Amino acid sequence: MIYLAIVFLPLAGALIAGLLGRLIGDRASEIITTGFLIIAAVLSWIVFIQVGFSHETARVPVMRWITSGELEAAWSLRIDTLTAVMLVVVNTVSALVHLYSIGYMHEDNARARFFCYLSLFTFAMLMLVTSDNLVQMFFGWEGVGLASYLLIGFWYHKPEANAAAMKAFIVNRVGDFGFALGIFGVFVAFNSVNFDTIFEAAKGAEGQTFNFLGYQVDILTTLCLLLFMGAMGKSAQFLLHTWLPDAMEGPTPVSALIHAATMVTAGVFMVARLSPLFEHAHVARDVVLYVGTLTALFAATVGLVQNDIKRVVAYSTCSQLGYMFAACGLGAYGAAIFHLFTHAFFKALLFLGSGSVIHAMHHEQDMRNMGGLAPKIRLTYIAMLIGTLALTGVGIPHLIGFAGFHSKDGIIEAAFAGHTLHNGVFWVLTFAAFLTAFYSWRLIFMTFHGKTRAEPDVFKHAHESPLTMLVPLAVLSVGAVASGYVFAGEFIGHHYKEFWANSLYEGPKNHIMHEMHNIPEWVFWAPFIAMASGFALSWVYYIGAPWLPEATARTFRPLYLFLLNKWYFDELYDFLFVRPAMWIGRFLWKRGDGTVIDGTIDGTAASVQWTTGKTVKLQTGYVYHYAFAMLIGVAAILTFFLRSLIMSGGAGQ
Amino acid sequence: MTVATSPILSIVTFLPLLGALFIAFLPSNSGGDRNARHTALYTTIFTFAISLLIWINFDPRTADFQFVEEFAWIGPFKYKMGVDGISMLFVILTTFLMPLCILASWESIQTRVKEYMIAFLVLETLMIGVFCALDLMLFYLFFEAGLIPMFLIIGVWGGKRRVYASFKFFLYTLLGSVLMLLAMFAMFNTAGTSDIPTLMQVGPTKFSADMQWWLWVAFFASFAVKMPMWPVHTWLPDAHVEAPTAGSVILAGILLKMGGYGFLRFSLPMFPLASLELAPFVFALSVIAIVYTSLVALAQEDIKKLIAYSSVAHMGFVTMGIFTFGQQGIDGAIFQMLSHGIVSAALFLCVGIIYDRMHTREIAAYGGLADRMPVYAVVLMVFTMANVGLPGTSGFVGEFLTLLGAFKANTWVAFVATTGVILSAAYALYLYRRVVFGQLEKASLKSIQDLTPREIVIMAPLVILTIVFGFYPAFLLDVMAVSVKQLVANFETVTAAADATRAALAAPQ
Repeated sequence: MIYLAIVFLPLAGALIAGLLGRLIGDRASEIITTGFLIIAAVLSWIVFIQVGFSHETARVPVMRWITSGELEAAWSLRIDTLTAVMLVVVNTVSALVHLYSIGYMHEDNARARFFCYLSLFTFAMLMLVTSDNLVQMFFGWEGVGLASYLLIGFWYHKPEANAAAMKAFIVNRVGDFGFALGIFGVFVAFNSVNFDTIFEAAKGAEGQTFNFLGYQVDILTTLCLLLFMGAMGKSAQFLLHTWLPDAMEGPTPVSALIHAATMVTAGVFMVARLSPLFEHAHVARDVVLYVGTLTALFAATVGLVQNDIKRVVAYSTCSQLGYMFAACGLGAYGAAIFHLFTHAFFKALLFLGSGSVIHAMHHEQDMRNMGGLAPKIRLTYIAMLIGTLALTGVGIPHLIGFAGFHSKDGIIEAAFAGHTLHNGVFWVLTFAAFLTAFYSWRLIFMTFHGKTRAEPDVFKHAHESPLTMLVPLAVLSVGAVASGYVFAGEFIGHHYKEFWANSLYEGPKNHIMHEMHNIPEWVFWAPFIAMASGFALSWVYYIGAPWLPEATARTFRPLYLFLLNKWYFDELYDFLFVRPAMWIGRFLWKRGDGTVIDGTIDGTAASVQWTTGKTVKLQTGYVYHYAFAMLIGVAAILTFFLRSLIMSGGAGQ
Repeated sequence: MTVATSPILSIVTFLPLLGALFIAFLPSNSGGDRNARHTALYTTIFTFAISLLIWINFDPRTADFQFVEEFAWIGPFKYKMGVDGISMLFVILTTFLMPLCILASWESIQTRVKEYMIAFLVLETLMIGVFCALDLMLFYLFFEAGLIPMFLIIGVWGGKRRVYASFKFFLYTLLGSVLMLLAMFAMFNTAGTSDIPTLMQVGPTKFSADMQWWLWVAFFASFAVKMPMWPVHTWLPDAHVEAPTAGSVILAGILLKMGGYGFLRFSLPMFPLASLELAPFVFALSVIAIVYTSLVALAQEDIKKLIAYSSVAHMGFVTMGIFTFGQQGIDGAIFQMLSHGIVSAALFLCVGIIYDRMHTREIAAYGGLADRMPVYAVVLMVFTMANVGLPGTSGFVGEFLTLLGAFKANTWVAFVATTGVILSAAYALYLYRRVVFGQLEKASLKSIQDLTPREIVIMAPLVILTIVFGFYPAFLLDVMAVSVKQLVANFETVTAAADATRAALAAPQ
């Protein structure tokens, strides 16, 4: 019952706001959706404690869905520790974002629609994390994609918002192409799409091969790679990341909920959920590791030079997701989900904080037009500081630290314990931590410190946000400070086996969760040093010697432009895919359908055109003649047919 | 007399004809027009209500034909009607869409109203007949005669290039049917019966492998045009563009399904060896259709053409699914046809709604409709997403099952066809963005009105069914399961036996 309430309260809210929104008004829609979400969030914490600490797990059948032959995909809820963690993340952040949006969106006149979308998103996300089979997961997966599309394009008057919404949906579909094929492959290989069945079957399938695209390939490797393609799209990993920065066109609360805390982490969740498959597909796991590592680095480099406050945070998200995938690739699923968990709090905090800044600055997002805001919006400043401390992983090894310190450094330590590529992965992730510290502090310094660059009028009117926005910031701040320290023991520490129970699977040779604690002392300090030096360099660049950034950009202009233009991925894809698709479409239409096919048909038609005479000038009356002629023709054929049939029938008897 | 023993199929089939006769005797004035509309509406609603009895009394546990009626007819031919799990739902789909078509034509058709209503009612009789007929001759009559009212609907009440469009439509379909007629003739000669259930039993053995090949090709010529499959699809965009809204609805909703139904009723059970042999050919045409027409849809400037091309792509999933010869593929194909019958019909109705207001189908003439037409925006979004195959809409189930079946049959086919999910998102969202989103700037759109109550009545059932079948497809899947299972089992038995024979012959003596 409690499980059903958690999942379906947001749906109820969405339906009420969506269908009755005009009737009951914006205010009532806000209160109902937000109220439902707060209840769901509280219930989620109860479930989290029951499942995570009392080790209850549950399956709740809801109803049948797709039944066809041996295929049985039902609507049902699967509650284990992994799900419980996700429930907490999703519903907590969603409830806070609902609350925050009441303040943030107060000037908008389509708030019922906005809250409907937010709750709809939450429902889809909950269906995703509670799914007990791949098809329901796909439902949630595409459902969050729909909600994301609707929310990015919420301000549908803005052409950029519409373009970004479309881009998000279509790029995600590219990933879903792989996901779908993966599901088909799983069904063909194991004759089921239900998790328990395929997890069991996977154990015996290691090393077996099947035919895919004419090649005899390893079953599990192929399936995992296909499924991972979906994860790459949803979690904006390298090559399929281009939609995430553009998604910042949506309202800021949306960015916090969908593009930081929940939806984009769905890919990580998927890999963790499917750990029984990935654990038996080493090649696929290596790919996950490298893609994650590369994304962590790539996104951090781009984040260094962006000027839009939200885009910096977006690239940071992209980079942090890379960390999570790297952890999955190492087999340290617990560490990945731990980072997902803490990241949700501090990244949502950073986004909502940025929203508070944008709100104060009357929808200014360019950090070049900010600066010196700290005294104006002190509470927001403190929240952003806490978020940054958590993101950059400030803390003292072996002692205590902010959330990111426990989770991100955990991943870096696991990377060392994995010894992959002569510790290359470890060094890249450590370097990315340095970059993270640099761009995070750059954001703080450019926004809050120094002399303001804002329009005097705007600066004068900059104001602190209302209470509905500050309360979520405060709650998330608590999470950003404490969630790492409090839960480290359960998620990645000594109790991790009991805590995760059977929800995460480790292969017989996978001891990474144990080894990550037995590493040389200097490794514990490496991320600390990276973080500290990133902060120091950032201070020098933006406080100590503010002329430095421009000088550096001038000196390394090609590199600067390369980063500023996000490695030119958008231009490349436009050239490789978008334009050719349109061009080929036009060509096939005009030449293929027009010249070749219709040309042939019309040629044939011309030879029989004497039947219709002056075709162009035909009046409607002629059509009757034509139909009449046709009827006679049909009648004639029938007569002939009947006659010969009767004769042959008679002859046969 | 219970429903099971009553001639309910004939009643449902010929009720519309009765209505048409009644209308024919109405006077030709404005009062007559009004009465014609009402008569047509009540007739179709009544027919739909009665047809529901078929569904209610249908026994999904058997693959046998039900509600069978059999009378001597012309010479060796019988008047034989009956439905199984494959055909029954198409009857319901037809009777369901008809009242909506009449309502959609309520105001937009002002000339020759009587004739228009008669044409639609006659068309309904013929379409239901196609799905119920269990005799070759009867089937052929319904199948071919259906051309005539459709031809008239396009040719008389169509747009500017209606003559070209109707002519093309006619030419294409007639060429196919001539071959089918010859094939039927040959079948009757060989098997000595025109009884479809009997032919399904004896066809695979009575027709030699060579003969099956020729028969298959002849039927294919007809069904492929009807689907339509690439490359004989170019009549469809033209026909849609010129047809009045309700004509498009019937064309996309029902007429396109006759090809797929034909494959399931004739090609697979009666010519299994040829089907197996030619499946790669069908796969090739199907995946080409999916990719090719999706790309073409991307480049369209006319809303109706875009949806027409997307229909061709969706029918590609159907043919692909049918020729996987597996439960999922065929279940998916039937489901996809039913879902497409609802979704594409709804999309054409959506186009009709704005066409009635603006009298243009050009995409560029729209933009920013969400401002003035919020309800319309929501409705169109639902069907756009169903068209894209979003899980939770009926569009997903068919696409998913056919692709799943295809993956079993041939991974390359599944691989190429699955790119359709990317392309469909591209063209559908691109269309939606250009029509509904953006600033409402064009002066002509400033006073456009949202849905009228009549339009809401039309769209509401379609919206509801799209979502209900998306969340609980078992309503439909359960009906077809046993019949499809039987079809698949028979197919496997026959092809396996043929393999065994061939192996025995090939083996050294």
